[in-house]
Formats: sequence, C-alpha cells, structure tokens
Amino acid sequence: MSKPSALKRTPLYATHCQLGGRLVEFAGFEMPVQYTSILAEHTAVRERAGLFDVSHMGQIHLSGSGALAAAEHLLTCPVESLRVGGIRYGLLCNEKGGVVDDVTVYRMRADELMLCVNASNIAKDHAWILEHAGNAAVENRSPETGLLALQGPAALQLMEKLSGPELRAIKRFHFAQLELAGVHALVSNTGYTGSPGYEIYLAARDTEAAFERLLEAGSEAGVVPAGLGARDTLRLEAALPLYGHELDDETSPLQAGLERFVKRQTAGFIGAEAIETRATRGHPHVLVGFELEDKGVARAGHSISRGGELAGRVTSGAPSPTLGRSIGLGYVPPETAEPGTALGIEVRQRTLAARVVRTPFVTKKLRE
Amino acid sequence: MADYEFPTDNYYTHEDEWLRVDSDRVVIGVTDYAQQLLGDVVFLELPAVGDELERGEPFGVIESVKAVSDLHAPVTGKVLEANTALAESPELVNESCYERGWIIAIAPADETEIENLLDAAAYRIHVNGRESNDTEADE
Repeated sequence: MSKPSALKRTPLYATHCQLGGRLVEFAGFEMPVQYTSILAEHTAVRERAGLFDVSHMGQIHLSGSGALAAAEHLLTCPVESLRVGGIRYGLLCNEKGGVVDDVTVYRMRADELMLCVNASNIAKDHAWILEHAGNAAVENRSPETGLLALQGPAALQLMEKLSGPELRAIKRFHFAQLELAGVHALVSNTGYTGSPGYEIYLAARDTEAAFERLLEAGSEAGVVPAGLGARDTLRLEAALPLYGHELDDETSPLQAGLERFVKRQTAGFIGAEAIETRATRGHPHVLVGFELEDKGVARAGHSISRGGELAGRVTSGAPSPTLGRSIGLGYVPPETAEPGTALGIEVRQRTLAARVVRTPFVTKKLRE
Repeated sequence: MADYEFPTDNYYTHEDEWLRVDSDRVVIGVTDYAQQLLGDVVFLELPAVGDELERGEPFGVIESVKAVSDLHAPVTGKVLEANTALAESPELVNESCYERGWIIAIAPADETEIENLLDAAAYRIHVNGRESNDTEADE
C-alpha cells in the first residue's frame, strides 16, 4: 500500500467520515469504497438513485484559438463538429496506438474545451496535453473542481426539485450551467453506471453543501450515498471500460471494442496510423464479456483458458448484483471471441466454466 | 470506531476466525469484525467432510464483492461438517456470523490447542489495536 500520509482528499472527506464510509486508497486519493454495503448501494442506483463523490477525477481545460485543432489532434473522437453544450467520449492515444487515457470532452465555448480525465492519469494527461497542445492554453483545474454523480431512475426528479425546468432540457451527452441547490453547477447528462443520471461539476468549496442538500432532498425517494465499490460493479454490468484494467498505454482502442469512438485514419490524430496498422495486421487479443457458469468470482489477473490452453487474461470481474451471477471482461484471441464460446477461468488451481456473452451485460434505456 | 459483537463463550484467532466448543466437536466461523471488513460475502470455498486441517493453515476461501481472503484453521482436526446453506446463501455470514453463518465443524485432534486461542477480551484488544493503527496511519 502507498504511504497513507501522501494520500489526497476530496472536498467531501469529512462528510464521508461522518456518514461512516469505509475509506480506501484509490488513485492516490482516500475514497469511500462503501457506506453500508456494495450490494445495497448497487441496487439503490438501479432502482432509485445513488450519490457518488467522484471529485478525484480531473478536469483539464484547453482554450484559445488553437484549442479545437489541438483537441482534434489529441483525441480519437471528432471535436470540431461538437456543438457548445455537447459532450463526447474519446481517447487520448500515443504514437503506438495505445491509450494514454479515456476521457469525456465538453465543448464549453467556441474556443474552450474541458476534458474530464481519470484520477490516476491527471499528471500524465496534463503533461501529454501540454506537449501536444500547440499554442492552446492548457489549465489543470482538478484541484479546485468538485464532481458528484447522481445516478439512477430517481435522479431526474431530484435534480429538477433542486434546480428548475431547464434541467429537463439537458439531453443525454449534453450539459448546462445552472443553479442547483443554491450553488452554481455545470450539470451533464452522463454517467458511468449504465443507469440514467447526471454528473455535477462544482467549485470545490460548494461541493459539500450540494452533496448534503441532494442527499437530504432525496432521502424520501430512497437516494443513498454510494461508494466506489458499487461504481465498479455498476460500470462492469454496463461493460464500460476502466483505465488500468481494460485500457492501458499498450492496448489499442480497437482491441477494446471502442471503434465507434475512433475517427478515420485520415483525421490525422495522434496514434491514427498505428491503430490502423495494428488492426490490419490483426489484434492478438480482443476484449470480450463473459459470464461464469460455475459458482465463484473471476477477478482481474486470473488466466483465461480455452480447451486447457492458456488463452488470455481477465481484466475486470465481479458478481453481478442485477444478474445474480459472476461476470467479467477479459482479453482473448479473436477466434475465441464469438458469443457462446466456452472459456475457462483459472481460479486457485481450479477451472471455472464461463461463456462469452454480448455486452453490456445489463441494458437500461438511458433518458434521451 | 465501529461496534463489533464478540460473544464471550467463543475462542478467537488473530486471523479473525471464531471457534465454539460443542461437546466433542468445534464449530468455526469468521468474526463480526471480519464480516464487516469483507462486506457482502458472495462465495465460499469449503473443505470436504473428512479433510484433515492443520492449525494455522488455510482451509478455504471467503469472497466478498471486492475482496478474497483465506480461511485459517484455528486448530488441527478432521472436518465433520460444512455449512451447506452457505452455497446458496453466502450472505448468512454477514447476517448471522456466529449462528446461521457458521462455516465448518471439526473434530479437534488436540484439545490443548483450543486453550491457546484468544478469549473475547483479548481478541477485542487485538482488533482495537489494528483499528487505532489504521487511524494513526490516516493522520
């Protein structure tokens, strides 16, 4: 474990302690893994709503006349066609076609973008963006920015109660700046759970008040604080990749099944050529979802076998509270990736039977 | 600091198992502290009836949503019974760690090993010590 004294805290540290959250190290931050139970918090999000502190995530702003061109060059998703108020998911890739980070990009103004990046990658991304930003101004606003995620079917009604009618007008993958619970907020109709919901960017000093007012106003509807444990099982059910697990500096986004977030090679973004070359040559491994047929839990790092031969590696695995069986993601050779293919998961000298399935494991319609 | 229940008629180990003497056999499970620390238990891997366990050695595995832990034999002996209800309802370990969430029963090979285990008061001190270490480390 890393040295505890070096751990960073979000503006909600005191609130987490007060709520009885169990704090663990995550990406250099002291974060609540759960308040009561991962299963209970998971179910609350699927059926009602859960409120997450994700202030550890980073926000890097690009602005000035060169901002759009720089972002177009840095990101695999199209940027210039993104309207003000719109959001896209994309990847920062290196020259080898590996993934520096997966991010969401917000068109704040004609000449300003915000990238929301993984907590574990803030320093790396900041350096990478500075190196490739040309004459755009680059600013890391992570320390002064708080971020909450209110996720679940009850989120819309609760958000409306604490803001106004303009809230309902925010479409999926769009955002607006508005007053929420008496403070200024940037509210985006996005999330990392596979349930409908919002992410709420706040000034660090307003984050605690907003969190407490949301919880208080939502208590009647059964809204609960939710920790990183539930966030992980929720995103896994939705088969959303987690950097450091499904994505890393070596893996091409096409191996991870993210082609719809990658522009054509002629777009000339960093890594475009390598991504195409690697795809033409054929990827040795591609990402698949699997369900366990035996009892047990597949976890990151377990080997995947096929007919007794080593075939690949599990990148994420957990019991799925919604499905009542264990699920996972892992890299296997393309010829083993067809849904229905029988796999073995090597767990403590035993081989658990598994089967490749289509992802997401759990589908819910997200509000348009 | 969280509240934990450690019944005084049980013996305890440093690895957070409890042991209760039930005439000529002993029943073994994990403590309230262990089940709270693990969180929602979702799977257990248990030995077969007749397996010989060695004191201090792993005899099975307990998995929660987030964590995997070995189960250690508090004493040497032969497995008489495993709690088959846990296969379908592993959550019994969270709901009732000292009663319906018991894990195995064994025939102890050497009764003096039992006397060397911790009593409830000594185990509580052990748990408090670990928790205050965590708190210091937080500062």
